[in-house]
Amino acid sequence: MKTLNPMNTFSHLIICQHCDSLFESVSLNRWQKAECTRCGAVLKRGQRMSVQTLLALSITAALLFAFANAFPVISISMEGLNNEATLWASVEALAHGRITPMAAVAGLTIILAPMLQIALLCWLLAFANAGRAAPGFRACMRTLEHLRPWSMLEVCLLGILVAIVKLAGMLNVHPGLGLWALGMLTVLLILISGKDIHRLWDDLADQLI
Amino acid sequence: MSQPAYARELNLMPCHTCAQICRRDEHRCPRCNGPVHARKHNSIARTWALLLAALMLYIPANLLPVMRTNMLGNASDNTIMSGVIEFWKSGSWDIAALIFFASIVVPCMKFLILGLLLVTCQRKSRWAMRERSRLYRMVELVGYWSMLDVLVVALVAALVQFRSLSSIDPMLGIVFFGLVVVLTMLAAMSFDPRLIWDAEVEDV
Repeated sequence: MKTLNPMNTFSHLIICQHCDSLFESVSLNRWQKAECTRCGAVLKRGQRMSVQTLLALSITAALLFAFANAFPVISISMEGLNNEATLWASVEALAHGRITPMAAVAGLTIILAPMLQIALLCWLLAFANAGRAAPGFRACMRTLEHLRPWSMLEVCLLGILVAIVKLAGMLNVHPGLGLWALGMLTVLLILISGKDIHRLWDDLADQLI
Repeated sequence: MSQPAYARELNLMPCHTCAQICRRDEHRCPRCNGPVHARKHNSIARTWALLLAALMLYIPANLLPVMRTNMLGNASDNTIMSGVIEFWKSGSWDIAALIFFASIVVPCMKFLILGLLLVTCQRKSRWAMRERSRLYRMVELVGYWSMLDVLVVALVAALVQFRSLSSIDPMLGIVFFGLVVVLTMLAAMSFDPRLIWDAEVEDV
């Protein structure tokens, strides 16, 4: 006889995080979503990607992240003088004098949070792909959930475009190699950092007792 | 159409981090081991505190210059608003509108909406609950785009550094502005949207 997992007692139910309504969970197809009848919030979405796809995209994201940080995102030239900026250099530019706290915020939002997200996703998914729960599974999943609002690569990408327009009036501006990597990375991160990873809680449920 | 039951009435609550359904008497989620509460702890007081702190910092954020441009000996200081006006005058009205939206409209909208939600929740108002719920989700969705100006200043300051010839340097205003963004984000996170619907449940 199969032992009853105490965590599965309520697995057929779902509670709306926005208004506390209780629903019976239904299974969804790809691209389908269930909405709360009371407040209209999204209750859950159908699985879009398998663990294998997610893992492949996470590894790609890790490579793109390395490129986006290793190469300058913008370079400028003025009367024979050249200058270029990487993501890290722009964080450093905020680190002088009385405005140092902003360097920490900028560093968290455009480098640290995306880096941790990608690293944790690779770690969790590599083990999940082999059908196992990664060491520290619970802490990793919780950290991922808390990191999500602080990862702002899409804002950074728009910021780079604004900076290019802003400087184009004064001097010559060239987009760098890092910008292309960052553009692709932003799209990938939006795809992989969503709620899709939540499926691991159910997939690996019997290993978590 | 009959409305679904409230989890609270059945003594159930969801885990904030992993959405596992827990019983009311549990303090830690059996699945992810994170702390669980029926409602976010002290939600209204915390949100008020963070929101008012952000509102106070918003004044110096708009009055103090966010960057100093030094072009071949001519120094000029820019506040957030004067940066927008400069873009407008130079003909790039689209960028001007974008920065105006991200740096002025979004923070003001957050102050108004979160303030409105807090007041109506404290009065246990049943007015437009579905719409208020939608307003909260909108605040959560667009809130972090305000960070745009901070990142633009950082990038431009990192790039334009030609020693004595010309340079662009970040100024104190950007700290205040960045803190406003962080504080309003924390305020939105500490507000519990379920408080909107608690007005319907008698015994809360």
